[in-house]
Amino acid sequence: MSTYDIAALLILLLPILSFAGLSFLGKRITPCTAGIVGTTVLFVAAGLALFTAYGYFFQFGEVAGAYAHHTSLEINWLQFNENLSINLSIILDPISVMMLVVITVISAMVHLYSFKYMHGEERFATYYAYLALFTFSMLGLVVSGNLFQMYIFWELVGVSSFLLIGFYFTKPSAIAAAKKAFIVTRFADLGFLLGILMLSYGAETLDFFVLIERLTQPDSVYLASFTATSFMGLSALSWGLLLVFTGGAGKSAMFPLHIWLPDAMEGPTPVSALIHAATMVVAGVYLVARLFPVFAISAPDALAIVGYIGVFTALFAAVIACTQTDIKRVLAYSTISQIAFMMFALGVAGWGEEKAEGFTASMFHLFTHAFFKALLFLGAGAVIHAVHSNEMKDMGGLRKSMPITHITFLIACLAIAGVPLLSGFFSKEAILNAAYHGNPMIFYVALLTSGLTAFYMFRLYFRIFWYKADEHGHHNHEKGMWAMNLPLIILAIGAAFTGYIPFGDFVSADGKPFELPFHLTFSIAPVLAGVIGIGIAWMMYSKQNSNPDKVSASFGRFYNWAYHKFYIDEIYLFVTKKVLFNLVGRPAAWFDKNVVDGMINGYASITSTTSEAIKGMQSGRLQTYTLFFLGGVLVVAILLIVNFI
Amino acid sequence: MEQVPLSHVLILSSCLFFLGIYGFFSRRNMITMLMSIELILNSININFIAFNKYLYPHQLEGVFFTLFIITVAAAEVSLAIAIIINLYRKFNTIDVEDTNTMKF
Repeated sequence: MSTYDIAALLILLLPILSFAGLSFLGKRITPCTAGIVGTTVLFVAAGLALFTAYGYFFQFGEVAGAYAHHTSLEINWLQFNENLSINLSIILDPISVMMLVVITVISAMVHLYSFKYMHGEERFATYYAYLALFTFSMLGLVVSGNLFQMYIFWELVGVSSFLLIGFYFTKPSAIAAAKKAFIVTRFADLGFLLGILMLSYGAETLDFFVLIERLTQPDSVYLASFTATSFMGLSALSWGLLLVFTGGAGKSAMFPLHIWLPDAMEGPTPVSALIHAATMVVAGVYLVARLFPVFAISAPDALAIVGYIGVFTALFAAVIACTQTDIKRVLAYSTISQIAFMMFALGVAGWGEEKAEGFTASMFHLFTHAFFKALLFLGAGAVIHAVHSNEMKDMGGLRKSMPITHITFLIACLAIAGVPLLSGFFSKEAILNAAYHGNPMIFYVALLTSGLTAFYMFRLYFRIFWYKADEHGHHNHEKGMWAMNLPLIILAIGAAFTGYIPFGDFVSADGKPFELPFHLTFSIAPVLAGVIGIGIAWMMYSKQNSNPDKVSASFGRFYNWAYHKFYIDEIYLFVTKKVLFNLVGRPAAWFDKNVVDGMINGYASITSTTSEAIKGMQSGRLQTYTLFFLGGVLVVAILLIVNFI
Repeated sequence: MEQVPLSHVLILSSCLFFLGIYGFFSRRNMITMLMSIELILNSININFIAFNKYLYPHQLEGVFFTLFIITVAAAEVSLAIAIIINLYRKFNTIDVEDTNTMKF
């Protein structure tokens, strides 16, 4: 093992050790120690991740002009037969190394930020333990070289997010949100599991790279037999991949499985930053990216469906985000929208250098989005910490009392709106460019959505920091808050400058470096859309006025629909409570109570009646027993005599 | 000297055996029942010795079996006596009819 392999192993081991230590010893040590331990561990892991990334991209990763995958560790865990086994492995390839960096860096920032934000919380050590578990599961997910290992960590991510969303377990809404997140993603994971079974049945392997090879070579027997059968116009392979995508859609909150994400805001705000920026929600994008060669080469029809679902979700979530008044909810819908950008960027991509730019664009946006979205959430957390409310109506004019939050929030808003020279501009430009070449219809919808993005982000920004005079006086809300301000500043630097990384050199679908195309004339339209969005937001929200009410009234019913999130939650409730409970739940309960229980009770009563009838035979008299015994012996003796003599 | 025929010995052992069975069922005193069991065992010992002596005089298996049975019988008696003493302490009687509480 080289130094880099050990570093990669340590990145995984440190958070899980921190989790074990903090959960077993959490009660014995002071909260301060727990926080310092948890934060230090994550900073070390982030350092190791940067070290590994340096090693991979500049030392050993490049083989014959392309970045190949490198197996740091492989343990044969369960061997079913000579073809099929579940291995536990650590795979380094461009996207997994990039994800290692993103996860550890954002997680380290969140750890540091929580030190102040969660200060005085009763279960402080438990909180850090959960954060460490969450980070570990996400890291394990990205380094998986095996579909099933990914599934294991996928579920671990689900469990730890359940624990974190329901951290305030005395609040009924938090419990409901945690349950909702768990059940919705679990429901989607059923699709994922079925997809894994189909893919492993077709390719007779669970290993990603063997699977990709077997399902992409044109003369492969596996591919031929897999695509031979079809159902409803899609081949079996496409169905398998779509089922896998269902799991990804659940985690990445694609329509119509997005309903859990806005509710997940019930967790502590730093957790929202961790879940929504770097980790859980990008798991779905990462999964599709992992299987991208299979999607692009062998099942372009499935990939197209991914693209359409993605672009619809992007627009849908952006429209809802324009109407919400809870600032964390606005951010949640903006996350859904941005994740959907990554998803349709994958969807419009094809195979081959130029065509696969959507892949690089998607990963690039994932990378930059992690920084500015984490920054937005942490900034929103700071605002909530100062104002003690999530509602926009309690805010306004905070720019004087929270200067650092104000500036960093502005940078993040500019980045997400795609204003030139900040990171979001480059990645969004790449996505739109890929969409323009891949599918013009998706491109126009995406253009509209990026305008909406700029509008709702600046609506949020103006509403928090301008709008009206500060009611909270002019004292500074940020004094003694270095633990909260430092992550904001670091992330702001990231949000501003990560766009200058020549991402195409490092991450591409086939591992070969290529240059992301950049056309000055092309970027006029997206930038214009963004500027118009910002302008409208400025007109409506920079000062207190009646424009917002007038505009929302002019939209009439449509505004109402969007405000109520198009009643998706209500539809779900109707389907589950009215349809499923009455048509499936109740008959099933009746069957269980009467038929299943009846059978069991019947057996029990037969047994007890019989034993009641014959219990007199156990009289407790020794001589009676002996008499029975003697009788038996005599019968046997007579039988022997009759048979043998 | 004329040998005692085998059938005489077997009749003797059968008499002993059924005496033992009779005693076991008719007596209520546990010590007497124990003695009846000893009678049964001894009748079997006689059978073993007799068959060994009359049918296979050059072998010793029957004698060995007898020795084993005597050993086991001794062990069994010590156990049985211990149980009877404990029962006596609990019930103040060794009548088998009065110690029938171990039932349904």
